[in-house]
Amino acid sequence: MEGGNVIDEHGPAGAPTLARAPLPPRAEYVVIGAGVMGLSIAYHLARRGVTDVVVIDRGYLAEGASGRNGGGIRQQWSTELNIRLMQQSVELCRRFAVELGVNVWFRQGGYLFLARTAAEVQRLERNIALQNRCGVATRMLDAGAAGDIVPELSLDGVVAAAYNPTDGILFPWPFLWGYARQAAALGVQLHTHTPVVRIDAGTTGYRVHTPRGEVVARRLICAAGAWTPEVARMIDVEVPTWPIRHEICSSEPLKPFLKPMVSELSSGLYCSQSMRGEIVGGVTVPGHGSTYSMASTLEFVATYARRLVRLMPRLGDVKILRQWAGPYDCSPDGNPILGAPPEHPDFYVACGFVGHGFMMAPVIGKLYADWLTGDAPHEIFQRSTLARFRDGAGAGDKEDFNIG
Amino acid sequence: MSKIVVCRCEDVTLADLEHSVARGYHDIEEVKRYTGFGTGPCQGKECVAVVACALARLTGAAPATVPPFTSRPPLAPTPLRWFVRDPAAHRFADDRGDDADDGAAPATDEEA
Repeated sequence: MEGGNVIDEHGPAGAPTLARAPLPPRAEYVVIGAGVMGLSIAYHLARRGVTDVVVIDRGYLAEGASGRNGGGIRQQWSTELNIRLMQQSVELCRRFAVELGVNVWFRQGGYLFLARTAAEVQRLERNIALQNRCGVATRMLDAGAAGDIVPELSLDGVVAAAYNPTDGILFPWPFLWGYARQAAALGVQLHTHTPVVRIDAGTTGYRVHTPRGEVVARRLICAAGAWTPEVARMIDVEVPTWPIRHEICSSEPLKPFLKPMVSELSSGLYCSQSMRGEIVGGVTVPGHGSTYSMASTLEFVATYARRLVRLMPRLGDVKILRQWAGPYDCSPDGNPILGAPPEHPDFYVACGFVGHGFMMAPVIGKLYADWLTGDAPHEIFQRSTLARFRDGAGAGDKEDFNIG
Repeated sequence: MSKIVVCRCEDVTLADLEHSVARGYHDIEEVKRYTGFGTGPCQGKECVAVVACALARLTGAAPATVPPFTSRPPLAPTPLRWFVRDPAAHRFADDRGDDADDGAAPATDEEA
């Protein structure tokens, strides 16, 4: 995603967001991972009065998937739980700029999913009925109506489309700066460039070892995204998620013309126009398996170009400026893993969002903090236990709309 | 007061770099994201050395310890249509076999 001269002058003047002090000897909470999920949890804990929180990250801010995603945020999902969660997340995003004091360039231009086969149309119809019951105003369009929304589309082969005008896009990086800055202002310590090398589980908490010192956490929250299995394995917890490389690219800036995020079910192609004018998008290139590699490939950019120019021929002369990659954090049933395993009741995880953790983070962080500070757990936590993969119970509804 | 521009594509100034460092964003990758420097058409070719020198001065780091940010393909801005017929592209089940009228770059040997 793109940079910009962001104004985030709210909060104490001149106070740095990132700590340069040594790690404290102990903390009520240590959050591993300063991505959007870890920062959202830390911020919402602080908002609830729990400020003895240390967030550590092995790299720079926005190094992982939170700094590498396409910024889409939608309520078009296939399970009632995900639809309702994303309704809340969209509301939180609408208020984010005011509450967190940073411009996140949130734009509700809608999401347009294009179907090319009868089976894809049926899938959209099923989802739309459920979304409508939840109060999301998604509607089915014929190809002509889709063309009215995006006149640049080649409608050749497009049968129908699902359109929800209140879905949208955002600029991912300022979410991190906003959460980080306001969490720090409330007393949370953020330590980047601080990799966890070992964790000792003891009777008084978890001793987290890093090259910059140690910190003992009464409760440990692992928000390490695709790297969660590596962290969990340090205390002998097996998390059945795996990383998939997902590539994405950005074009030169164009005059604003593309209102919704456009996505094609058959290829997983998606693209949107950022507030800076670039066309940002990706496509699902199948068959590369589990990897932490974030290398860029010609296969990706060629596949993306082929599908995008077919879908919007006028974009053929648009120039690609930059491509990059990030890890999708995949789970066996397409649903996240949250909460603590029975043998480690003070070790909480938040992973397995299959490339959609960014849009979920505003609501998940809030619900997590509500639960940790005494509220009854939201249904998502009962549905998303790690134990479901051990006892074979499964997650219930399987999410089948992890597109793009 | 005069402005010192360090990134001409994105109008990033020395004052923007100072602001970023004051926030604690010292890493050149963080500075790239926070200020937007190096994200325009030149992709850092004009500005990354200037910014690295400025960061070394602002943070007191030895210049040798301030690397450039990760460079991203393509080497120069490249039109999408140049990639359309590349044999590296994955062909999906619904892909057209006919590339004749897509306005793409000349066919490769494989497809000719």
